[in-house]
Amino acid sequence: MLRTLRIILGLAIALISSAVQLVWADDASIVLTRLATENYSEIEAGVTALAASAIPSAEAVLNALADSRLSYRLSDKAIFFKDTSGKWIDAATNAAPSEQPTGLKPVKVNNRVRRALDAAIGSMTLLSADPKKRIAAADAVFKSRDVNTLSALDSVIAKETDAIVKQHFEEARAAVLILKPDAPEAERVAAADRLGQRGDQDALALLSSVTNANATANVIAAGSLAAKSISRRLALLSAAQNAWYGLSLGSVLLLAAIGLAITFGVMGIINMAHGEMVMLGAYTTFVVQEIIRAKAPSLFDWSLPIAIPLAFFVSALVGLVIERMIIRYLYGRPLETLLATWGVSLMLQQAVRSAFGANNREVGAPSYMAGVWDLNGFQITYGRLWIILFSLTVFLALLGVMRGTSLGLRMRAVIQNRRMAAAMGIRTPVVDALTFALGSGVAGIAGVALSQIDNVSPNLGQSYIIDSFLVVVFGGVGNLWGTLLGALSLGLANKFLEPIAGAVLGKIILLAVIILFIQRRPRGLFALKGRAVEQ
Amino acid sequence: MTTDLTDSILYLDAVSVSFDGFKALNDLSFVVGRGELRAIIGPNGAGKTTMMDVVTGKTRPDKGAVVFDGSVDLTTQDESAIASLGIGRKFQKPTVFDYQTVEDNLLLAVEGPRTAFSSLFGWRSKVTAYQIYEALSIIRLGDLKYRLAGSLSHGQKQWLEIGMLLAQNPKLLLVDEPVAGMTDAETEETARLLTSIAGEHAVVVVEHDMSFVRALDCKVTCLHEGTVLAEGTIDSVSANDRVIDVYLGR
Amino acid sequence: MIKFLFHRFDKTAAYFIAALAVLGVLIPILNLALPEASTFHIPTYLVSLWGKYLAYALLALALDLVWGYCGILSLGHGAFFALGGYAMGMYLMRQIGSRGVYADPILPDFMVFLNWKELPITWYFFDHFVYAIAMVILVPSLLALIFGWFAFRSRVTGVYLSIITQSLTYALLLAFFRNDMGFGGNNGLTDFKDILGFSIQAPTTRAILFSITALMLALGFIVARAMVASRFGQVLASIRDAESRTRFLGYRVENYKLMVFVVSAAMAGIAGALYVPQVGIINPSEFAPANSIEAVIWVAVGGRGTLIGAAIGAVLVNFAKTWLTGTFPDFWLYGLGALFIGVTLFLPKGIIGTLTARFNSGGKGDTA
Ligand SMILES: Nc1ncnc2c1ncn2[C@@H]1O[C@H](COP(=O)(O)OP(=O)(O)OP(=O)(O)O)[C@@H](O)[C@H]1O
Ligand SMILES: [Mg+2]
Repeated sequence: MLRTLRIILGLAIALISSAVQLVWADDASIVLTRLATENYSEIEAGVTALAASAIPSAEAVLNALADSRLSYRLSDKAIFFKDTSGKWIDAATNAAPSEQPTGLKPVKVNNRVRRALDAAIGSMTLLSADPKKRIAAADAVFKSRDVNTLSALDSVIAKETDAIVKQHFEEARAAVLILKPDAPEAERVAAADRLGQRGDQDALALLSSVTNANATANVIAAGSLAAKSISRRLALLSAAQNAWYGLSLGSVLLLAAIGLAITFGVMGIINMAHGEMVMLGAYTTFVVQEIIRAKAPSLFDWSLPIAIPLAFFVSALVGLVIERMIIRYLYGRPLETLLATWGVSLMLQQAVRSAFGANNREVGAPSYMAGVWDLNGFQITYGRLWIILFSLTVFLALLGVMRGTSLGLRMRAVIQNRRMAAAMGIRTPVVDALTFALGSGVAGIAGVALSQIDNVSPNLGQSYIIDSFLVVVFGGVGNLWGTLLGALSLGLANKFLEPIAGAVLGKIILLAVIILFIQRRPRGLFALKGRAVEQ
Repeated sequence: MTTDLTDSILYLDAVSVSFDGFKALNDLSFVVGRGELRAIIGPNGAGKTTMMDVVTGKTRPDKGAVVFDGSVDLTTQDESAIASLGIGRKFQKPTVFDYQTVEDNLLLAVEGPRTAFSSLFGWRSKVTAYQIYEALSIIRLGDLKYRLAGSLSHGQKQWLEIGMLLAQNPKLLLVDEPVAGMTDAETEETARLLTSIAGEHAVVVVEHDMSFVRALDCKVTCLHEGTVLAEGTIDSVSANDRVIDVYLGR
Repeated sequence: MIKFLFHRFDKTAAYFIAALAVLGVLIPILNLALPEASTFHIPTYLVSLWGKYLAYALLALALDLVWGYCGILSLGHGAFFALGGYAMGMYLMRQIGSRGVYADPILPDFMVFLNWKELPITWYFFDHFVYAIAMVILVPSLLALIFGWFAFRSRVTGVYLSIITQSLTYALLLAFFRNDMGFGGNNGLTDFKDILGFSIQAPTTRAILFSITALMLALGFIVARAMVASRFGQVLASIRDAESRTRFLGYRVENYKLMVFVVSAAMAGIAGALYVPQVGIINPSEFAPANSIEAVIWVAVGGRGTLIGAAIGAVLVNFAKTWLTGTFPDFWLYGLGALFIGVTLFLPKGIIGTLTARFNSGGKGDTA
């Protein structure tokens, strides 16, 4: 009894399943045969129908058609395609046919079919299990705006649980609807809103093609409202992006100028070799990386943290030598220090050229310096972010040294009244030498950072020297906060001028403005006042 | 008040100057008449030099009026314009042109056209030569006229600067501590010189040397903390209790 | 004694002018009149090389006028030099006419290349020599006038002035690199054919250009000398040594500075105009701040505030440069660098300045 029951059940299942198979195969062959033709509009309709069907082989067939791997048998219009390994597959059963098919003819496509095909494939992947693929599919629909995907979209939107994917689906649907003249007005207005929320350049382009040729007044009104809000958002975004670039340039200027703020601003030395101290720092980074590459490649990400103290040390040491050998004889004669240090800079350039060659040297970026952080269209490159943070850190550290340490205290004493400081037992030559070494060392640190964004060549320093002086003078000599403000405002001004005037012209305009500014306020933004300054 | 103004060569009214919040001059008002000789005294930091800075255009007052010759507003003019109006100044720290000879220093000071063009084409005339000769004999540096000014002693530089002041022939002379570094005899000589030129020129002298001030025998103004503490004859001022407290000492 | 000093100074000046006159006549003769085989023959390239040195000497003279006598350390004099050079270059470009690669009768090659249809206004009239010469003088002067008017009136002095003059020439460098400025961009102006109808390659033209350069140097020297020996020069020296004291004596310091700055800029412009036909090219790199600073060292080597020293310094340093870059190219920058350091540390008065100081202290002994 039990046995018979089992047999009956088994039979029933077999029967049902074979019946289902039969129905599928039957259904499938009807849809598939539509492709077996040379009539392009028939093929196009077939593609759409296939995409809407539940045939297991549909996606593979469509892809095969797109790659010209699809053929049909002239005798019975059965569809076959080659899989990626080149084997024939029967589309109806989605399995290899029992015997090698013969008498095949390839199915051809034209542009219209291809468009339908793209949309169809796009809407097919709307069902993919991978959310990333679903998003990509939604974006493909957003671009193609194929009306045929509408029903597919509607059904996936209803089913979607992932909020982000759903948002992409809805945007894609809005993109289709907004330019569909026969869509209900309310839907089109909602679509305009939806696109307004998306708020990017693509949405704006879509909205601006809504005209009274294809839309009613209400839709146009909603469209232009949404377009306006997008424009506003985009303007804001580009301003923010400019501000970011400006901040980033400003921090580079700050790094380059901050050592100068000490040697020039505080000690009154026109150190034209300042740029070369930066260059030495950059070359130190290069050497450190070369050694790491050769000896311990796994430490590469540590190359910058290792280079920072070394660069400080190298530049500070060179600075110390320069101060002891040359500058100490020239205190109080700024123009002479200018000439002598220019000579030093020429010699350092040539020395580096002899040692490392005249060409650019490759300094690599550790992994954390690479990559972009996209905040809703606002892009932050990690490299820049690090440099901004780094320059602020250096600035604050220097401020701390000036304020909080005994060297800083003695430094300030010497600056304000050299003779008095000497009389009080401060050894001014030592303080001078250390101050100059500190300024040079900070320039070396700057070189580590600049090696990440600029060409490391013997001319590296030259390209920063003028800007650095302008920053210090603009900010107000002898004032570290002024240097910070000067660097940031010059960086910002530069980046906001660039889109208006172009890079070179923007720079020229800025130079002219600074020249005029210095003439208005010869002592910069934060001028020191008092009798001491006047002589 | 108005007669004060029109009769005055120098008129200061409620002048204030502050440096980073510190009031160097605080509502300073006083008037110097035409041809008058005036001595200014006061403790260190009283604002005497700052007052001269304001008059000569070196420092701009924050507020107040500075009027020259009854009508010219000095607060809107720069140093060279003020000098050309006829205000000469001797600095507290003698400032002469160190790398030029005594004679050339005087030549630079002698009154006459000062424009760049005129200087290109005129070198020296009989008149200026005479003026230089005269100044040299007054300051008794005739023998040293080819010496570089930088090589003179402190006292000689003081005299040279006085000579330059005379050569300028200004309407108003502002003389800041002229006798510092001079011998007693020279101090007397300076006092005589200044009294003799007063009348034709107005002279304002700042000095700490009380015997010199007494020798000038003129009206005295005592400044303190940027304002006038007392004004009058030397005897009345030096008898003033507050002047004694803050300046002269008991 | 002062008369005696002036007398001697005048004698040195006279020697200098005489030397220039001899040079200006002798070198062309040795070049043109002697057969090439002769030991005393001077090849044409050397004539032009020396012409270049003398043009640099004139630039140094101009710089000394402002730096040595008025304390204005301009790090942008190369800009005036280059502007004068460009004005001359534009004249020479327009003389090429239809002999250019593209054979356009009006437009210089680079404009045809950029697909320009019309001559920009800036190039109008540059086919007239007189107009070009006027521009050689006017353009640098005007720039100096505008720049100086702002700078001196607002009392920018010392290093601040140096830094902004440097920025000025840097800004011009960037500007002239741009193609749409219409001055040949990166490549500048070159391939000149003739000047006033004479082939620019011909030895005679070269020799005459050399003589004219010597003549202009002498003239420039005389003008500068007259300026500094006048009362004007005395006021300049006073400004240099004690600017505010000079103001309190009633001198309009800014006007004096402006005047000497403009004259100096014009001289630098003329120097540039003499330089261009002899080297055959002018491009934006002439605006490089490094060039201007190099000119400062010429003056420092010869002795600032001596005029003659500036000219001699320019010739000496450039002679050394030609020699070193030819024989030990790697050592030129070391040499130049060492020169900057050595002169500021050990020879602050420069060669001529140190020599005169020797003479003077000897002279002082017998009068004091
Ligand atoms: N440029 C300046 N910056 C800051 N403070 C100043 C300046 N000029 C003057 N002062 C201050 O103003 C005050 C008045 O100075 P001033 O030189 O006028 O005094 P004084 O009366 O001339 O003194 P003394 O008798 O010592 O010459 C002083 O405290 C001085 O420190
Ligand atoms: Mg005083």
